[in-house]
Amino acid sequence: MKYIDEYRDEVLIRKLAVRIRESAVQDLAFMEVCGGHTSAIHRFGIPSLLPGNISLISGPGCPVCVTGRDFIDKAVVLCRMENTILTTFGDLIRVPGSFSSLEKEKSEGADIRIVFSALEALDIARKNPGKNIVFLAIGFETTAPGTAVTVQQANMDKFNNFYILSAHKVMPPAMEAILNEGVKINGFICPGHVAAVTGSSIFDFIPDRYNLGCVITGFEPIDILQSIMMLVQQINNKTPQVEIQYNRAVTRSGNLIALEYLKRIFEPCDAYWRGIGIIKGSGLKLRKEFDRFDAGKLITSDIRSIEDDGSCICGEILRGMKRPDDCPLFPLVCTPDNPVGACMVSNEGACNTWYKYRKDE
Amino acid sequence: MPAKIISVEGDMAEVSVGGTLFKAGLQMIEDAKPGDYILLHAGFAIQKISEEDANETMRLLNEMNDQINF
Repeated sequence: MKYIDEYRDEVLIRKLAVRIRESAVQDLAFMEVCGGHTSAIHRFGIPSLLPGNISLISGPGCPVCVTGRDFIDKAVVLCRMENTILTTFGDLIRVPGSFSSLEKEKSEGADIRIVFSALEALDIARKNPGKNIVFLAIGFETTAPGTAVTVQQANMDKFNNFYILSAHKVMPPAMEAILNEGVKINGFICPGHVAAVTGSSIFDFIPDRYNLGCVITGFEPIDILQSIMMLVQQINNKTPQVEIQYNRAVTRSGNLIALEYLKRIFEPCDAYWRGIGIIKGSGLKLRKEFDRFDAGKLITSDIRSIEDDGSCICGEILRGMKRPDDCPLFPLVCTPDNPVGACMVSNEGACNTWYKYRKDE
Repeated sequence: MPAKIISVEGDMAEVSVGGTLFKAGLQMIEDAKPGDYILLHAGFAIQKISEEDANETMRLLNEMNDQINF
């Protein structure tokens, strides 16, 4: 398939690996921020192609993983309300909350439907005028514009039964928080699809203030290896900067239409990241003129969320401090069938990915 | 994921990802037409894929390919 097959060419992959091995002369650690990259890196066996002095560390870019228990708890309360249909992307349904999960609620009769896009949720609202439809809006700058398009549509069509519960987040503040905490890395493999929307310039502060390189990367094996080579070259040449490897989809300024949708519908807010805590200005909430679509306003009771299980190290994994195989629960206690932490639930989570591809190492 | 636009109706498209068909909202991209490739994410086309830039990347990679012999 076009834009896939040519980026999986075996000979080219092996030659890129040779070039990286020849160029990397010191111990280096690069963080892949995006959960999609974590999944691709292990699915394609990239670590086995790299020399022993290069390690890859997963970061906080798996949207399901960083969604807090309090969000799941609110979703559970909402799905228990009368005449309510809860709509969600698939992975979220299995994340444990403080006192239940959406999967458990569904098995007990709640009307919870998996959707592929926010527009599908709006369609369900159109077909069910007597019910309230709540869409669980999670994801980063890649996903949030789709929610914004949908809210605008709901506003134009004067829907009064469609709501979103927003846990949308933006990446740069989380990357900054991790850097400020002192994570030991030599550069970032930056999220290609986030940058397709935002443009590459949102990462400029990283070389400017932290003297670290950033390469915006596609999701095929050649994309990832070429980006690692570009990061190694930046280090060898002492020229940390933001470079775009994924130039077939990413520009410096991004998708201006998508950014305009984001700006029109959402405004920044402080947001809680599971495993990291509250990060200032890292969330997106509905602007006042659209807050009638806020599902949070439907909740009138107090919800007491509990903290994560102390033995789960998802938080440290999301901050790049530990690897899944450092966790005492991995791989026997915490498994994809019986996940303790969110990193084991999502297909993009580091623990889930390690379980699938590396648990026997 | 990269997806090929099969047909366009208003601001929605039918797209193919390796033969599997999906719906994609086109609200965020301009001048989409059948045959174009887009990045599909959560039911929306979030960007057009630039064939010109993809070809340039492959040209540079093939240059490197020619320089390295096993």
